[in-house]
Amino acid sequence: MDISIHNGHLVDPANGVNQVTDIHISRNRIKAIGDPHQDFRPKRVIDAKGRYIFPGIVDLCARLREPGEEHKATILSETRAAASAGITSLICPPDTLPVIETPGMVHMIQERANAAGFSGIYPLGALTAGLKGKKLTDMATLQDAGCVGVSNALEPVENSLLMRRAMQYASTYDIPVFLASWDPWLQGNGVVHEGFISTQLGLPAIPEAAETVGVARDIALVETSGASAHIYLVSCARSVSRLREARQRNLPITGSVAVHNLLCTESDIGEFNTFFKVIPPLRTIRDQEGLIQGLASGDISVICSDHQPHSLDSKLAPFSEAATGIAGLDTLLTMAWSLVKNNQLEVQTVISALTANPAQIVGLECGNLAVGRPADLLMFDDRIIWTLDDTTMMSKGRNSPWFGHELTGKVVLTIKNGKIVWEI
Amino acid sequence: MRADFPVQFDQNGKLRHFLTIQGLSEDTLTGILDIAHSFIDFGKREIKKIPLMRGKTMVNLFFEPSTRTRTTFEIAAKRLSADVVNMNATRMSTTKGETILDTVKTIEAMHTDMFVVRDRASGAAQLIASHLPDHVRVINAGDGRHEHPTQAMLDVFTIRQHKQDFSKLRIAIVGDILHSRVARSQIHALNILGVREIRVIGPRTLIPTDIETMGVGYVNNMRDGLEDIDVIIMLRIQRERMDGQLIPSEQEYFARYGLTERTLDFAKPDAMVMHPGPINRGLEISSSVADGNRSVILDQVTNGIAVRMSIMAHLMGGQEKSKWT
Repeated sequence: MDISIHNGHLVDPANGVNQVTDIHISRNRIKAIGDPHQDFRPKRVIDAKGRYIFPGIVDLCARLREPGEEHKATILSETRAAASAGITSLICPPDTLPVIETPGMVHMIQERANAAGFSGIYPLGALTAGLKGKKLTDMATLQDAGCVGVSNALEPVENSLLMRRAMQYASTYDIPVFLASWDPWLQGNGVVHEGFISTQLGLPAIPEAAETVGVARDIALVETSGASAHIYLVSCARSVSRLREARQRNLPITGSVAVHNLLCTESDIGEFNTFFKVIPPLRTIRDQEGLIQGLASGDISVICSDHQPHSLDSKLAPFSEAATGIAGLDTLLTMAWSLVKNNQLEVQTVISALTANPAQIVGLECGNLAVGRPADLLMFDDRIIWTLDDTTMMSKGRNSPWFGHELTGKVVLTIKNGKIVWEI
Repeated sequence: MRADFPVQFDQNGKLRHFLTIQGLSEDTLTGILDIAHSFIDFGKREIKKIPLMRGKTMVNLFFEPSTRTRTTFEIAAKRLSADVVNMNATRMSTTKGETILDTVKTIEAMHTDMFVVRDRASGAAQLIASHLPDHVRVINAGDGRHEHPTQAMLDVFTIRQHKQDFSKLRIAIVGDILHSRVARSQIHALNILGVREIRVIGPRTLIPTDIETMGVGYVNNMRDGLEDIDVIIMLRIQRERMDGQLIPSEQEYFARYGLTERTLDFAKPDAMVMHPGPINRGLEISSSVADGNRSVILDQVTNGIAVRMSIMAHLMGGQEKSKWT
């Protein structure tokens, strides 16, 4: 369908656009920005006065629970939730049940996403068989099947030699490697950051060194293997420093942060609030500031949701035993936008960290709205005040620390491949 | 820095549960100690009962084994005329089987009035308290490594029996602070009561990071740590910590941090020796000190009954309380 969107405030960092203008979509591509020139006759004209237009969000780390845990969430429920939040592309780690390590699995997931008709899914293939860290997978075959990278998800690869070989093998075929870099020994059975909260609440702790040791190892391995790597879910200010050094040496390494690590600290756990139980854990104010600065300086280039939907019951347990993770699709943009609203980050920084940068890392042509690019975009109204509750939360997960809270800013329209997939 | 503890108070700020010492006022602690004092002679009477909890049902719900704590709670409740049910429950971890909340709600459905809960997980008592109807009271009898608030209360009660003024006291806590719920509660209680100084002593592997944020100082040896000390609190070293990962050997530990007549001499001549029990003779404390005239270890046990009676009385409501003071 041909669509024109008039008078929206277009922010398209990849093309240096930050102004009120018109956008024209023909079929599934961007036809023109500003004046459509020829006698373009859109089927629909949308008034975006007072609203923002951003490229569709590319969420670099989201779990959809299908296959294997459909009682928690499904591809249908979560791609629909993604569309309602302006997320048009989802990168899924391979820790489904069974793990993504065969072409059949990749095809099945993509077919189900296509059938659902909301957002696109781009799976990561397993880095090692069964994510067990013992044996390489058929990475090249997985790449051919449509995997945009390989990863061992949250399972550490303890054996550094195997990790190096996995990187070397992936680099042979230019497959990006996605790493959750932490040392499993230092990580232990920890559930919160090692600091005053772990001390006061008597909870098993994860020291900062669990991450800085892991990041240092993986950077060293990248340097000697030729792989291009993405370190996802960075949580410590000191890890940002390691990424900066790597970047200064022109190593092919990028980093991402989960939005909740930008907004929350260990203090939010308060009296054992399990909704703030995440891995990597919420850390100190100093870390929070370091992560925000890392985004501003470009040492971290991506903000993701680290979406992990769970049933409410799984959070109603003693802290150590409660499920880990936040259902974050619905609130990704709203929460990231609060950093712009509070003047902590520039609008271009936040929007490129949600769109152009992750798209580039996985080699997608979306994430920017140049003429000829896919028509993946969203319309955002930063004045709408809404409450995250059973009627507004689209994810099947209910494990959000912001559930029941009043939030500001909402996606009012999402277009995926030229098709309106969400509108209020 | 940290959020308040709303769970253990009702809307009017009145103490509803006894889950943590953190956030309690000096008046609350002193009030509990004063009433405990009035209960202390009860055990010596012919008839050891008062009808404060008559018709009420108290459930001792212990997901972890315990002898002395459970028994003193039982005796305390019975002296207040409550009906007591002891449950030594086991529970499956996480998703398998009945959850901890299901177990508690099932028992609550039998119209119980008070739960005394012990669990291996930090925060278990808070979780339970926040999911029960308003009229049900919860007392934390130890949650993981977090807190053991009634133990801390009986410890400060015992200190008050022997030492007059908290503001003059220097107190040392020796041993495994990292895994100790008792130490955390003691540190809060002693700070609220305004002691002059608290030191924690032990090898770094047994001291939590940022322990200074709790208002204590760290000393790595007994000689400096016990200097000018009025009260020495020894903590139990669990045998399962002795696998060479946190402490190299029993011999090295005892030589550095064991309380013996020699190391006791580093403290003030009238320093008292405490231990929450059960003690490991020859691992953290020598028999001669544990059984010596400076030790109040058995007084702590005796006092546990009066202090727990006082805490239960506090939670059961104000009107009855005034009748008995």
